[in-house]
Amino acid sequence: LPGADSKVPGARVDAKPTPYKDVSTYNNYYEFSTDKSQPARLAGTLKTEPWTVSIEGLVKKPMKMGIDELLKLAPMEERIYRLRCVEAWSMVVPWVGYSLSSLIDHVQPLGSAKYIEFVTLADKAQMPGLSSGVLEWPYREGLRMDEARHPLTLLTFGLYGEVLPKQNGAPLRVIVPWKYGFKSAKSLVAIRFLEAMPTSSWMRSAPSEYGFYANVNPQVDHPRWSQSSERPIGGGLFAKRQATQMFNGYGPQVASLYAGMDLRHYF
Amino acid sequence: MNKVLMHPLAKPVFFVLALVPLALWVYGAFADTLGANPAEAIIWGSGEWTIRFLMMALAVTPLRVTTGWIALARWRRMIGLFSFFYGLIHLLSYSWLDQSLDVSAIIADIGRRPFILVGMLTFTILLVLAITSPRAVVRAMGGARWQALHRTVYAAGLLALLHFFWMRAGKNNFAEVELYAVIIFGLLGWRVWRSWKRRRAAMA
Repeated sequence: LPGADSKVPGARVDAKPTPYKDVSTYNNYYEFSTDKSQPARLAGTLKTEPWTVSIEGLVKKPMKMGIDELLKLAPMEERIYRLRCVEAWSMVVPWVGYSLSSLIDHVQPLGSAKYIEFVTLADKAQMPGLSSGVLEWPYREGLRMDEARHPLTLLTFGLYGEVLPKQNGAPLRVIVPWKYGFKSAKSLVAIRFLEAMPTSSWMRSAPSEYGFYANVNPQVDHPRWSQSSERPIGGGLFAKRQATQMFNGYGPQVASLYAGMDLRHYF
Repeated sequence: MNKVLMHPLAKPVFFVLALVPLALWVYGAFADTLGANPAEAIIWGSGEWTIRFLMMALAVTPLRVTTGWIALARWRRMIGLFSFFYGLIHLLSYSWLDQSLDVSAIIADIGRRPFILVGMLTFTILLVLAITSPRAVVRAMGGARWQALHRTVYAAGLLALLHFFWMRAGKNNFAEVELYAVIIFGLLGWRVWRSWKRRRAAMA
């Protein structure tokens, strides 16, 4: 799945990508397992073809789109993004996809649509982790419409020039590089346009610990660990932690979305 | 079973087996078999083995009394010392691999994160128990005082569980915590039940 170099500002971070092996074997994908090494072993049961995404809610053209149609909707771009997990580790990943705004324009949201909700596949037959009560399934995430329309928000189909490995959220996921990784929902089956702010799975499970915005912010700690630094994955046993950047380093592109907001309150 | 436990090779075999996790980390560090985040694998792994050996040590007396494997009594100290040993690796790997041996950063971390404070308290108890474990110290302290001090191992078990629970609570991942909680509360509950029964027998 080749992608052309993206022209979107901030789309190609100047850092060495994390090795493919690490990107594809260290995954938080609770629908398979809470152990990060397990999704790579277990996700073989995920059936990614045929695949349909249901576009619902406040749009002029609600529709069901097949994966082939989605792949052809806009030209593929390669974007080298930093990925910062809320667990204080980080990677650099060359993703392949196109701006989510292309899809949003295609389905024409109504003026009343203020938020967008992502719903992940939840099928017990394919996903052994669903039998655990860790979260309420299906996994849900959401963005404000201006965040969803931001050119850096990527509808993602591949990484390292290849189709997404199943454990990385095949066949399509969203990537929001300035937010903690859990905002970037995997294996999407529905995208909903809503007037009211949706409640994400993590907000539902621990509202005091996970807010709707989840912007990477070194000044706002998680209640049980510091967010001021992160461990880069792929550097080996003695890799030094590095300082976490505000908005994961995407401040120049996205800080204006939050002008005037108290990011301690809207965490 | 007493024969097996008394066999001259039994303790050496256990000793070698108990060092297998450490050997796997040392090997894995060089052979790159610890996954994408080797520091986390060692820090988490050593913490889990600390609790596992602590649970084994706590299980010695209930097992001895209920099964009649009296030879187990001779094993308790070694098992407890392995818990301390893995606790030490846990503390050192956290201090080195996570905090780069920066003492001020570690102190700040203790102040900021309650679960780190609880972990440090647990380690302090295990350290005191390890220091007072030689027979000479038992004799010097006197049996009653020594036993009173070593009852703090129950506190260490509960604090270790709280530390583990708190760490996992961040991501709602409680399966292993629940298993350990059942075991630790079961082992402590057995002691409470036994002392209650004894007291009733004494009153009767």
